[in-house]
Amino acid sequence: MKVQQISVFIENKTGRLAEVTRVLGGADISIRALSLADTSDFGILRLIVDQTDKAQAILRQDGFTVSKTEVVAIEVPDRPKGLNEILEILDRADINVEYMYAFVDRRGGRAIIIFRFDDIEKALATLPKSGVQLIKSEIFQNT
Amino acid sequence: MIWNDDFETLPREAIEALQLKRLQQTVARVQATVPFYRQHFARAGVSADQIRSLKDLQRLPFTLKQDLRNNYPYGLFAVPLEQIVRIHASSGTTGKPTVVGYTRRDIETWSELMARSFAAAGADKGDVIHNAYGYGLFTGGLGAHYGAERIGASVIPMSGGNTKKQIMIMQDFGSTVLTCTPSYCLFLAEAAAEEGLDIRNFKLRVGIHGAEPWSEKMREEIEQKLGIKAIDIYGLSEILGPGVGIECIEAQDGLHIWEDHFIPEIINPESGEVLPHGEHGELVITTITKEGIPLIRYRTRDITRLLPEPCVCGRTHMRLERMSGRSDDMLIIRGVNVFPSQIESVLFNIEGINPHYQLVVDREGNLDTLEVQVEVNEKTFSDEIKEMQNLSRRIRKDIKDLLGVTCSVRLVEPKTLARSEGKAVRVIDKRKSLDS
Ligand SMILES: [Zn+2]
Repeated sequence: MKVQQISVFIENKTGRLAEVTRVLGGADISIRALSLADTSDFGILRLIVDQTDKAQAILRQDGFTVSKTEVVAIEVPDRPKGLNEILEILDRADINVEYMYAFVDRRGGRAIIIFRFDDIEKALATLPKSGVQLIKSEIFQNT
Repeated sequence: MIWNDDFETLPREAIEALQLKRLQQTVARVQATVPFYRQHFARAGVSADQIRSLKDLQRLPFTLKQDLRNNYPYGLFAVPLEQIVRIHASSGTTGKPTVVGYTRRDIETWSELMARSFAAAGADKGDVIHNAYGYGLFTGGLGAHYGAERIGASVIPMSGGNTKKQIMIMQDFGSTVLTCTPSYCLFLAEAAAEEGLDIRNFKLRVGIHGAEPWSEKMREEIEQKLGIKAIDIYGLSEILGPGVGIECIEAQDGLHIWEDHFIPEIINPESGEVLPHGEHGELVITTITKEGIPLIRYRTRDITRLLPEPCVCGRTHMRLERMSGRSDDMLIIRGVNVFPSQIESVLFNIEGINPHYQLVVDREGNLDTLEVQVEVNEKTFSDEIKEMQNLSRRIRKDIKDLLGVTCSVRLVEPKTLARSEGKAVRVIDKRKSLDS
């Protein structure tokens, strides 16, 4: 149920973000979800792609600093307070969310949120018991 | 072992009494015999008879490397050439070399001080000393050679180069002490490994390294790769050659400078003001027994500090901290003196940081600013912003706590910091273009 995410360190200067997408595109790697967290000096680009290992290798080759992290993808129910219910479950179980970002799964037409937890094992043990729908990593792969 | 117990363990008062007597003799001699010094002292409005205490040393003007160049080749010699038995010269990277001459007694003194140095490094007559310092105009080879003979060791006069032969002889002759530059030492270890030999299985037990700056990290690497104790030695040809100061094997913490022959001072390289013991600044040395070319308050350009605390080895001569850079590299940021090497050592002590950094000094209004740029690598990179900010904060805090200077930290992508000819450009001082 874990999903592999890669993070890339980029300086805040023009062209660096485009360089990442150019390198990945050139290697036929598709970006499934993306989020950029930035400060005044630098940013951290988080990506979920269809070929994680290849993407990591090719970005490294291009001189980027890359790391791999495990995250959890959760389908958010399409109703008011859908996200809030999930956050309350996490809160009760004392699981911290380091960051999260959303994207829409085009094929399923569902809203999916990527969560980075401080304790992913605990999150994986807790969430399904509370009826939360976890997304298998396969949906990010090329099919 | 202490080579010369009488002198190396003299009480402080006795050292100072001896220093004053020898200083007075030296100053009187150069004033009488070296026209340069006669004029130099006159311009500073001081003369030999005014030196009544060690503190009066501070009234004398400095001698610069440029003064040796201006008086090339023999102008600063204090004796006629017929009393000079040896001439050495430093490699002149820019222009003419600096030339030094030794009388018979100077060679005697040098051998004695190198003998003390070998003994401090734990060598004795049972040792086979593999001397890979260059023999020639450079003082390293012959300086170490005479000291090694003086303690009665078996010295192999290898000189530099021909690495394969060095390794063969080191192994076959059973060398126990290696004298060479620290970088050549590591080069030897790597070359041995390439031949399928583990240099740690050789009989080597001590390395005595100097003639170029090196770090505590490099010591660890040498000690680990060669399975030896690595000892730092200090010297410069203008003052004597190797053997001006050395670490003792007991402490490996600071280099004893032979105070019965040299008077060390630490000055602020900008103002020339003498700094109290313990403060970092430029090392200034006055020779007080040399005959051929005595130098008064010679500015070494080397940055260190004096450690007056007693040493476990029993020697009473003060120690110099490992040289941490050249005064030419000093930055003054809002009145605080900072050396790039100091920042480097702060960074080295933060887990995971690689040695690639750059300092950008600028001025905003009337305030100097220092930005420390540090390359991010996979060890320091995190996917969480707060972790990265913690790293920046940690660097900023350590620099503030240890060096007393406030800086900003910019994390940059790897290999973005300018490198020229494999050597990193460490400092960009934008104030210089503002001033001009
Ligand atoms: Zn000692």
